[in-house]
Amino acid sequence: MIEIENVAKHFVLHNQGSAVIPVMTGAELCVAPGECVALTGSSGAGKSTLMRMIYGNYLTQAGRIMVGGVDVARAEPREIIALRRHTLGYVSQFLRVVPRVPTLDVVAEPLLAVGRPVDEARARARALLSGLNIPRRLWALSPTTFSGGEQQRVNIARGFAYDYPAMLLDEPTASLDARNREVVLGLIEGAKTRGAAIVGIFHDEIARDRVCDRQVDVSAFAPKAA
Amino acid sequence: MTPLLKVKDIAKFYGGRIGCTDVGFDLYPGEVMGIVGESGSGKSTLLNCLAGHLAPDRGQVLFDTRTDGLKDIVTMSEPERRMLARTDWAFVHQHARDGLRMGVSAGGNVGERLMAVGARHYGDIRAQAIDWLGRVEIPEDRVDDRPDAFSGGMQQRLQIARNLVTGPRLVFMDEPTGGLDVSVQARLLDLLRGLVREMGLSAIIVTHDLAVVRLLADRLMVMKSGHVVETGLTDQVLDDPQHAYTQLLVSSVLQV
Amino acid sequence: MTDKNQAMTDTHYNFAYLDEQTKRMIRRALLKGLAIPGYQVPFASREMPMPYGWGTGGVQVSAAVLTPEDRMKVIDQGADDTTNAVSIRKFFERTAGVDTTERTAEATVIQTRHRIPETELTEDQILVYQVPIPEPLRFLEPRETETRKMHALEEYGLMHVKLYEDIARHGNIATAYAYPVKVEGRYVMDPSPIPKFDNPKMEMAAIQLFGAGREQRIYAVPPYTRVVSLDFEDYPFEPSKADHACDLCGAQNSYLDEVIVDDAGGRMFVCSDTDFCTTRRDGGHVGRLGAPGTEDAA
Repeated sequence: MIEIENVAKHFVLHNQGSAVIPVMTGAELCVAPGECVALTGSSGAGKSTLMRMIYGNYLTQAGRIMVGGVDVARAEPREIIALRRHTLGYVSQFLRVVPRVPTLDVVAEPLLAVGRPVDEARARARALLSGLNIPRRLWALSPTTFSGGEQQRVNIARGFAYDYPAMLLDEPTASLDARNREVVLGLIEGAKTRGAAIVGIFHDEIARDRVCDRQVDVSAFAPKAA
Repeated sequence: MTPLLKVKDIAKFYGGRIGCTDVGFDLYPGEVMGIVGESGSGKSTLLNCLAGHLAPDRGQVLFDTRTDGLKDIVTMSEPERRMLARTDWAFVHQHARDGLRMGVSAGGNVGERLMAVGARHYGDIRAQAIDWLGRVEIPEDRVDDRPDAFSGGMQQRLQIARNLVTGPRLVFMDEPTGGLDVSVQARLLDLLRGLVREMGLSAIIVTHDLAVVRLLADRLMVMKSGHVVETGLTDQVLDDPQHAYTQLLVSSVLQV
Repeated sequence: MTDKNQAMTDTHYNFAYLDEQTKRMIRRALLKGLAIPGYQVPFASREMPMPYGWGTGGVQVSAAVLTPEDRMKVIDQGADDTTNAVSIRKFFERTAGVDTTERTAEATVIQTRHRIPETELTEDQILVYQVPIPEPLRFLEPRETETRKMHALEEYGLMHVKLYEDIARHGNIATAYAYPVKVEGRYVMDPSPIPKFDNPKMEMAAIQLFGAGREQRIYAVPPYTRVVSLDFEDYPFEPSKADHACDLCGAQNSYLDEVIVDDAGGRMFVCSDTDFCTTRRDGGHVGRLGAPGTEDAA
């Protein structure tokens, strides 16, 4: 489902003396449907960078990143948009939404975006929000005012609203209490069961060991003599 | 899929000065493209060339018309272009005053485009106007008020209703949130996002506000001194800018 | 005026005041106007010996169409005896020496301000309108460049916006005069400030010529041309008048002026068309306050 071959990435900081910062070279990764792979490595090793490259959020300088038959490294913006809408989900650490939009609609949006009826999308959103223990009285409010943990759970609900065949999870269990962590791990296992290919970053080792089939240490892709 | 708008090698010069040059892109149905850049970068010139307000010195602007498929709006006859402008296109001006008839009631403002395409039933026109006022969150009892009795945000929403009532496929927006309070901006952005999705609109939004494009635009085009310096997926351009100017632009945004 | 002035006028002015070249220029504009019914033809309006707003456009048109054999009638709000009408009638008596009349049926050229005579006009007659503002779109779109384009491209949605505003504000189309019409299915035209009661009469046998002196525009409606008053399907056009009969001649279907007769709220309604009223009273019709014959009620 997700195949990464010989991928390289560097940043050029034009406004700081055009400093070139190589961050990755020769990255390889392959995730099959129903499989969950954890990216590991010390902080700054490039876990999030690789994840963002898979999502098309960062440009890739070399190599191929195939997701559901699309080479993200070379795709047109609209191909990536379609990919994100139908194939590739992403749960980031931070919630970024239009202010004022009610939580329920924030969660339902990925379903509406693929043309599901409003009733169905809202029903799914309600189920996820109650599963993640977001109090019902908050559903009509914008999540921008929520606590960090609540925002994180809204983010997860949104990420799992639509059944993406491929998913990227950036610290999905960070800042969650035991009960909600359990719910999230359940969601991840459910996604694996239905055949989703998942790449995740988990600092929480217990969670990682429970849901991940393999680990890939991104330090191996660090450029030599940087 | 055919692009809704196919722009090829557009250039516009003001004497020896470059307004914009070498601009080309395809816009597909349902896509929202943002054009960002500082003032004087040529983004408004480009928008006006695309919307038929300015004649470019070079290039083609092909629009997928309902009857004849792709047609160059630069060489199309004026009646045809004006017909497009009041049916399939919408233009949302930065200043609502430029896009509204200030001496005409809100209902009349929304109804004008309907009457322009032949609607002759007062009751129907009024009902549609009220429906659209509702969609842009203007209460029904304001239908007979003139826009000068409205707040800036309401005027802008009225302008949007007036433009969208004929079900256009392409919306041009010139700094749609410029000059509005931040709180009003958020509401407008949310509204625009909803309308874009519900109506399957394609849109080209010119703005210097990166937060606006992050929320509204799928793709981004960064302009500087009349040239396009970078294009790409909105979040990619903002999070991993490649060109020196874009890096400067992104790093110059004040954090709240 | 002294006899000396009278003599100078007769000998020193060209027939009907204007020189022949000017009249030719105006006639060309008139012919173009007749060929394109409802289209506003620009013309080089001359300074006339009267102020703008007093019918300089109508006077120039009349001067261009008058022949020595014509018999002229001039009305202002339907009346032959108001200042404006009297002045213009005298002007042509002196500068053209043509016969004048107050009888609608006997006139060959009728210059009018704000009315169409009640008596049906014939193919042998010309009706000349004085027009203050020829552009019907003016108050909604002040740019002349834009209104010309709108006429050229037949973009008349804006005209209905005006009617929409009327209904929204007053519950019905409150425009009572200068009610816009569409001529022969093409141009939207300002019929000059005639009451909308007169609009249906514009489909007539006579030639209708419109002159706007200050605005330098001439337009025309040829005989038997379709003239449709704009409206909405659910708010159809209605020619309206005061719901009374004429207090002098008893006419039920003529356009009426309301006259305040004392300071105690007393009022009467009389035909605005003085010739029509007089003719009826001569024929023995009597209204609520009228006496038979030519005797005045007041």
